[in-house]
Amino acid sequence: MFWIRTIREPKDAEITPYETWLNRRHFVGTSAKAAVAGALVPGLLAGCDVDGERGVSKAAASPGIAPGDTDQEAPGGPSQDRDWSKVRSELDEPLNSWEDITTYNNFYEFGVGKDDPAKNAHTLRPRPWSVAVEGEVESPGVYDLEDFLSPHAVEDRVYRLRCVEAWSMVVPWRGIALADVVRRMQPTSKARFVEMTTLLDEEQMPGQRRRILDWPYVEALRMDEAIHPLAFLATGVYGRDLPNQNGAPLRLVVPWKYGFKSVKSIVRFRFLEDMPPTTWAVSAPREYGFYANVNPEVDHPRWSQARERRLGEFRRRPTLPFNGYADEVESLYAGMDLRKNF
Amino acid sequence: MSLRLRWGKVLVWIVCLLPALWLGYEALTGQLGANPIEEVLHRTGWWALALLMVSLAVTPIRRLTGWNRLIRYRRLLGLFAFAWATTHFLGYLVLDQWFAWPFIVEDITERPFILVGFAAWLLLLPLAVTSTRGWIRRLGKRWGVLHRLVYLAAALGSLHFFWKVKADTREPLVFIAVLAVLLLIRVPRVRERARVWRKRLGLRATQSGGTYGARRDEDRLSAPGP
Repeated sequence: MFWIRTIREPKDAEITPYETWLNRRHFVGTSAKAAVAGALVPGLLAGCDVDGERGVSKAAASPGIAPGDTDQEAPGGPSQDRDWSKVRSELDEPLNSWEDITTYNNFYEFGVGKDDPAKNAHTLRPRPWSVAVEGEVESPGVYDLEDFLSPHAVEDRVYRLRCVEAWSMVVPWRGIALADVVRRMQPTSKARFVEMTTLLDEEQMPGQRRRILDWPYVEALRMDEAIHPLAFLATGVYGRDLPNQNGAPLRLVVPWKYGFKSVKSIVRFRFLEDMPPTTWAVSAPREYGFYANVNPEVDHPRWSQARERRLGEFRRRPTLPFNGYADEVESLYAGMDLRKNF
Repeated sequence: MSLRLRWGKVLVWIVCLLPALWLGYEALTGQLGANPIEEVLHRTGWWALALLMVSLAVTPIRRLTGWNRLIRYRRLLGLFAFAWATTHFLGYLVLDQWFAWPFIVEDITERPFILVGFAAWLLLLPLAVTSTRGWIRRLGKRWGVLHRLVYLAAALGSLHFFWKVKADTREPLVFIAVLAVLLLIRVPRVRERARVWRKRLGLRATQSGGTYGARRDEDRLSAPGP
């Protein structure tokens, strides 16, 4: 089956200045390295690095997400189309392995052990999938996943993932900018928050039979966070479609926040006027806040957030403010007391 | 008789050491998952707590079943619990923190979850030291009193596990429940009732003397038997 993407001209309202867009080498590494990568896979990461032209990465990256891809089911490792060992983060960090990324997951819908999701998530059926868009938007409705994704440029982005449990990874995500989706849905002037909800289905997500959390899992971003160029909706990792345990078929990635903000297997986007309650903040309000920005200065009540263990490393490393994305996102929180708004 | 005793101890040694060998094997062959250090800490802590519970179960089981010979394994079980707890603590110091003393001190002083774990280990320390025949003899009656610290250590250890967990508290709650039962059985009134029930069920009663059973039994163990 082939999925043909219809590329349409963006409406004026959908085009926005992307100051940070030009800084995209921050996502993917130095231009020299990206150029090497680009030579191997024309237009993939390089597409992000060649300033401007969204179409470049869009067109070039599309095969990875096409349903006709042979590795659609049970992807077993990084895509073969590039040398992933050469890919690094903008801080020159090597990627975590496919094994690390796909066998060490917090996804309580499939069990609370780190290896449970990899063992149990086969019950999830990521296709067909539909995404509901509700609330304060001009274009509410239920979208088939392919229709939901197709207007947008697919890119690969290398992000650090810092879990609130003080471990971290470097992950090469594939996906689309959340800002593009938000703008396409045309939020009304009332919309101040975007809420995202995981699938609720005990059959597909057996972990939901036990009420360790208030299912379904809900997370949300302030509108300015949601349209920040770093906010990302992942559909894949390592050039493959997302394995179920990583939140297939669509998950949020907000690299400057603790991992629990990045809600997985999203079925609904709701645009809201008021800040919605979010799962962990409801479960343990003293320990988890709405913002959940990575902050080495503000400890979790039970452990320090000053350092983290990068999976695959022995010594703990210092945690960076906003997980190393302070230059990009700090201004979003100007004037806010980040100790109170943890 | 003495052969049987030895085999019993051999079994305890095997049961208590096998998980360590298994852990070592998995560590060397890279089977501990993406975060092996976390796995090592989890398992060593789990076994420390589990063996502590088993050692605390010896006396109630002995009383309930009249199987007095069990007492011979209690010290060994307790020492293995301490060995696992020490491995757990060293795992934290070396693998998890790599001797980052400022952070370790901060952890212990500022984080109740780590403080209670550390306190539990600290409480076990004098118990392990005074587990020898010489110390049992020297401390006399006080030995039994001192060794009641084990209840506190087990309680703090369980709390440590409970606080560590983020949302799914099932497993630590099982430990806490087991500990609660083990402590409850020791309450004199509960013991009295248990004795009544045992008679009704026709189970063999133990010869329970007036003094606290532990010390007597330890004495018997240490005495050169015929």
